[in-house]
This record gives sequence, C-alpha cells and structure tokens, in this order.
Amino acid sequence: MIPAEVFLTFILMLTIFLGFELINKVPATLHTPLMSGANAISGITVVGAISLAGTGEQDISNWLGAAAVGLATINVVGGYMVTDRMLAMFKKKES
Amino acid sequence: MDNVIQFSYVIAAALFIFGLKQLGSPATARRGNMISAVAMLIAIVAALLDQGIVEYQWIAIGFLVGAIIGGLAARLVQMTSMPEMVALFNGFGGMASLLVGWAALAPGSATFTLVTIILSILIGGVTFTGSMIAYGKLSERIGSGAVLFSGQQVVNSLIVLGILGGAVMFCLQPENINWLYLVVALSLVFGVMAVIPIGGADMPVVISLLNSYSGLAACAAGFAVNNNILIVAGALVGASGIILTQIMCKAMNRSLANVLFSGFGSGKTDTTAVEGEIKPITADDAYYILEAASNVAIIPGYGMAVAQAQHVVKELAELLEKNGAEVNFGIHPVAGRMPGHMNVLLAEADVPYDQLLEMDDINPRMENVDVAIVIGANDVVNPAARENEGSPIYGMPVINVDKARTVFVLKRSMASGFAGIENPLFYKDNTRMLFGDAKESISSLVREFS
Repeated sequence: MIPAEVFLTFILMLTIFLGFELINKVPATLHTPLMSGANAISGITVVGAISLAGTGEQDISNWLGAAAVGLATINVVGGYMVTDRMLAMFKKKES
Repeated sequence: MDNVIQFSYVIAAALFIFGLKQLGSPATARRGNMISAVAMLIAIVAALLDQGIVEYQWIAIGFLVGAIIGGLAARLVQMTSMPEMVALFNGFGGMASLLVGWAALAPGSATFTLVTIILSILIGGVTFTGSMIAYGKLSERIGSGAVLFSGQQVVNSLIVLGILGGAVMFCLQPENINWLYLVVALSLVFGVMAVIPIGGADMPVVISLLNSYSGLAACAAGFAVNNNILIVAGALVGASGIILTQIMCKAMNRSLANVLFSGFGSGKTDTTAVEGEIKPITADDAYYILEAASNVAIIPGYGMAVAQAQHVVKELAELLEKNGAEVNFGIHPVAGRMPGHMNVLLAEADVPYDQLLEMDDINPRMENVDVAIVIGANDVVNPAARENEGSPIYGMPVINVDKARTVFVLKRSMASGFAGIENPLFYKDNTRMLFGDAKESISSLVREFS
C-alpha cells in the first residue's frame, strides 16, 4: 500500500507544472486581475479551517480554526469581488 | 458522505483550473473569475458536509465577519489603491494558513505532518508580516524606501538559523510547545526583515512573490490537514505567482536575488554625467505641438496613479483622436507598483485594452511617433539603461521615448525617480519638461483643445 503522503506529493508536483502552463501566456494587461484572482484562490485555506473550527471542543485548535475561517473568508470574498470589479472595467474598442 | 466530499473537491479543482485558463484572455477573464468563485463555493459547501463538524456557530461567525470585511473593502477601495489592497488580502490568506497549520497540531502526529505544520507556519507567517510591510510601504503609511542597516545580513542569518533550529527541535519534541512558539515568532519577524530592505520601485516583484507564498502556505496547510483541494489550489497560486515574479524580474533585467537582497537605489551614487539643459515648456506651447501631431504615444507611470490623472488622460487621448491623431499607450511591465497596475487604471478610465501596447510592441513604432507624452514615469523611460554602462539600471529594457520626434515629460519637480537615478532623457534636445501636477497639466491641455 502506497502511503497517502506520496499521493499528495504527486498531486503537488503535477499541479505545479499545470500552473506554469496555465499562467505562462497571460497578457500583461491582465496581470493585476490574474494576481488578485489567484490571491482569492489562495483563500482556499478556509476549507481546511472549517473542520478545525467545528470540532466543538472549545480548545485552542478550535479558536485558531475559527480565526482562520474569518481571515481566509476576507481573502476569498474580498479577492473575488475586487477582481470582478476590475474585470468589469476592461473593454474592447467598439468599432 | 466522505466520497461525496472528495468528488466535490475533484470538481472544484477542475473548475479552478478552467477558471484560471479563462482568466488568460481579456474576453473571457470575467467569466473565468466567476468559474473560479463557483469552484470555491463548491469546495466550501463540501467541507461543511464533513461528519466531524458538530458545531457550526464559530464557522458561521467567521464567515459573517470575513464576508462583511472583505466585501466592504472590495467595494470601497479606489482603483489607485489596488496594490495595497491586494497586499492586505494576501496577508490575511497567509495568516489563515499559519493558524490552520498551528491548529492541525495533534498529539502523536507523524513527522511528515510535523514538517508540513512547520512549513505552513513559516510560509504563512512570512506572507503575513511581509504583506503587511508591503501594504505599509504601498500606502505610504511607512516610508517606502529601502531600509538598510549595518549587520542586516548577520541578523537575517541568525533568524534563519533560529527558524531552522526551532523547526528541527519541534519535530523532535512536538510535545514541547515552546519550539512552536519560537518558530511562529521568528517567522513573523523574518517576514518584516525580508521586505524592509526592498524599495518601493521593486514592489511589483515583492507583491507577486508574496502572492506566490500565500499559495504555497495554503499548499503546506493542505499537507498538514491532509486535504488535497488545498494542495491543488495552493500549488496553482504558487506557480502563477512565481511566473509573474519571473516576468517582473526580467522586465528589470535583475535576478530575484538581486531584488530581494540588494536594497537597490539606496546608498549607491550614480556617476552619470549628464550634458545639456532642461527645457521647460508651457501648456500653451505644448498644445500647439500636440495639435500638429498625427501620432502620439502616452507612457504612464506611477505618477499618473498618484495624481489620479487617468480620467483626464483618457479625455486628452479622445480629443487627440478627434483631431485626427493616432493615439497609443505604451505600458512598461513594471510601471506602477504591481504587475499590470497601469492597465487597471486606464481600464477604469474606459481606455479600451487594445489601445494599450506592451513595451515590445510600441518600441519599434517609436520613430514614427510625433509626440511621446511621459506621465509620471521615470526609470522605465530612462535612456541610460541603454546608453550608460555605469548606470545601475544598465541593461534594463525601457520604452525608448527619446526616439520620438518630441518628448513631453510631465513631472512635479526635478527630483530624481524612485530609484534615485539621474535621467538623461530630461536633458535631450527633443525633450520638453511640463512641470506641475500631472492632472493639472493635462487638464489645461484638455481645456486648450475644447
């Protein structure tokens, strides 16, 4: 039986290569929205924080998890909204 | 139920990838961002289905507080303040990863888990304080210059050694919580130390690098709590940040190490011998030259953002076009304080994105340009980068405005640019200086036209 860590590392390796391929050809015009959109995705930590915040244990892990949910949610909500606001402004020249 | 959650994560991962792909083209970017947001929603809902959750009240409070703060900030922020906003959000993401790593610590964890906990604390902590310092510098709450002191390298080396030592001890004795506290504290200090020696003009590199770190921190947290969607999404962000960092470094012709450790533009004396004299011009005279021009290039820089001049710039461009001139914008990759900063500002002012030319597209056309208008840009149009081997920015690709027939430089005063480098452009025969606030100067040009 192959241990789970190996699978996770495998996923990591493949995703990094995929990430390079995905981003490589983005035009300079979109660098800021790309960055803030990626930034919003990095708020994915909220998913890990949720289970820690819901243990009902009233211990330090629980508090840390709850704080992490709050902070990551700022990152997610703020990041997506601000990216959308920016992208709504990008217009092509009407002919 | 567990299978449902895991397969939802697979769907979310696919949507993240698809969303990022769509973010790569202006026509589909907005949809791409939406798809990525849907992916996030799916992942969050799936996480809420976890059987281990017995109490939802803290989760709900976290969501509520975070959504209100994030939503308000995103709605209220001015486009010119976008770099510091991105830095701030980034920092919160980093802190969240630190907390998750910390909270994942449970008695009897395997060494592999302990290592990933340390990694998420280290990267998350550096991201948090680093982003806060970047925020401070960008919003000018703290001085935006490079902070250097003697023995800085020694102090930094000691901090790194302390982190390494603390990390090893933590993995050997996870029951002694003090090692964990040591690593948390030193990581936070290290984030500060890593960003203070970097000057404001290098901020595009720092922001993209911190962006990459926040992804890697999420990735490490994913290992710590054994969650593959964190790993996939985190790695995607990490990779994209690294690519942006590379692009920025290349645009400055400097290595990443040089940006991070050199404290550029501080203490270096520039020996450029500049010949010629400064030739000021009034808005009146500038108007007559512009009226006769049939090909105009506008090169904006950070000064346009500071003066909030993007709307009047757009007005001027429209008037010039009505007057029969071809108007293009030339955007240097590191103009402004973050990657693509100028593009966002001009998009806000309704300038269509196909009118914005990248450096490599505008440079070959420069010889046909009648008037190049430089608005609050300095180092990115400095011909010393081409001509003077002794210049600190020698070799950096710049927009060759000096090849245009006439150059107008809009500038507040004769103070040198952010990097503190003398700019021979100002002394060239075909250069005219239009002194004053950029917004004021352009407004008076607009008034002359109408």
